Amino acid sequence: METLKIKSTEDSPRILLDKESNILEISGRSLPEDVNTFYEPALSWIEEYAKNPLDITIFNFKLTYFNTASSKVILDILTQFEEMIEEGHNVLVRWHYLEEDEDMMDAGEEYSEMVDVPFEMVSYLNP
Amino acid sequence: MESGFLEFVYDFYKSMKAHEIKLVYEGRVTHQITKAFIALTEAQMSENEEAASVQRKVFHVMVECLQNISRHADEYESGESLYAGKGIFMVSQTDETWCVTTGNAIFNEKVKDLREMIEQINELNEEDLKDLYVKQMRVGRLSAKGGAGLGFIDIRRKTKRKLEYHFLPITDSVSFFLLTTFIPRIL
Repeated sequence: METLKIKSTEDSPRILLDKESNILEISGRSLPEDVNTFYEPALSWIEEYAKNPLDITIFNFKLTYFNTASSKVILDILTQFEEMIEEGHNVLVRWHYLEEDEDMMDAGEEYSEMVDVPFEMVSYLNP
Repeated sequence: MESGFLEFVYDFYKSMKAHEIKLVYEGRVTHQITKAFIALTEAQMSENEEAASVQRKVFHVMVECLQNISRHADEYESGESLYAGKGIFMVSQTDETWCVTTGNAIFNEKVKDLREMIEQINELNEEDLKDLYVKQMRVGRLSAKGGAGLGFIDIRRKTKRKLEYHFLPITDSVSFFLLTTFIPRIL
């Protein structure tokens, strides 16, 4: 399956979806002008991936900021994982947040309550 | 040069100083404008060594406020230049607080719904705000324009303060909608 790699910009996150290397990650800042257009390739990639996923799917969110429009797309992605789990696959979401960023931690915890997907909260220190 | 212009500029400058306005803009809010304002304010904040948590909140509020104008301001052109264009955006900062203010024209027929939505958001406690956010996120998922009050709920939650707003009637069909958000600084 082809790797999807999108470089980060000042208003959009880095996306790396690489099945062969087992790296699935969205990182950085998310406030693109049109969230649906920006995330469409990632949503399609995950949809395709879900047909034949790895034994264990570990998906990393490492966002430093996302706007309210992006928050819906994140829920869409999580809903895709929920469907994968319903079909019997193993999925784990690692939600990375800057240790002092309580809002980002809360956001991860709220998402974990909204969908039936296991979450692991991972804090990191300022680089 | 037009007579009095120099005085106007100087008075305007003094007025901005007096109100500690760091940024003021009138006109169409595009994505480019949004990015430029965020970058400008971030640079100012890090230069002033503003606390990271305050920086993040100001950032959040600015983005949502700017997107409110770019998505929801109604076009209203008039002879009175004060109300022409798409909206006003202002950032000010005192020793105690950051303040983000937006103003834009809105058709009177929308005022009632907007007022009710803001009042509802203001009355809710933290837990109910969270539930409302989740609900709106789910129902609004297919809408391309976004909105559905998510921005207002987010500002209310991030600042933990009630939304301060005002409607100023301009004509029979249009009002001016003002929203001011305060973000306390950590002293």
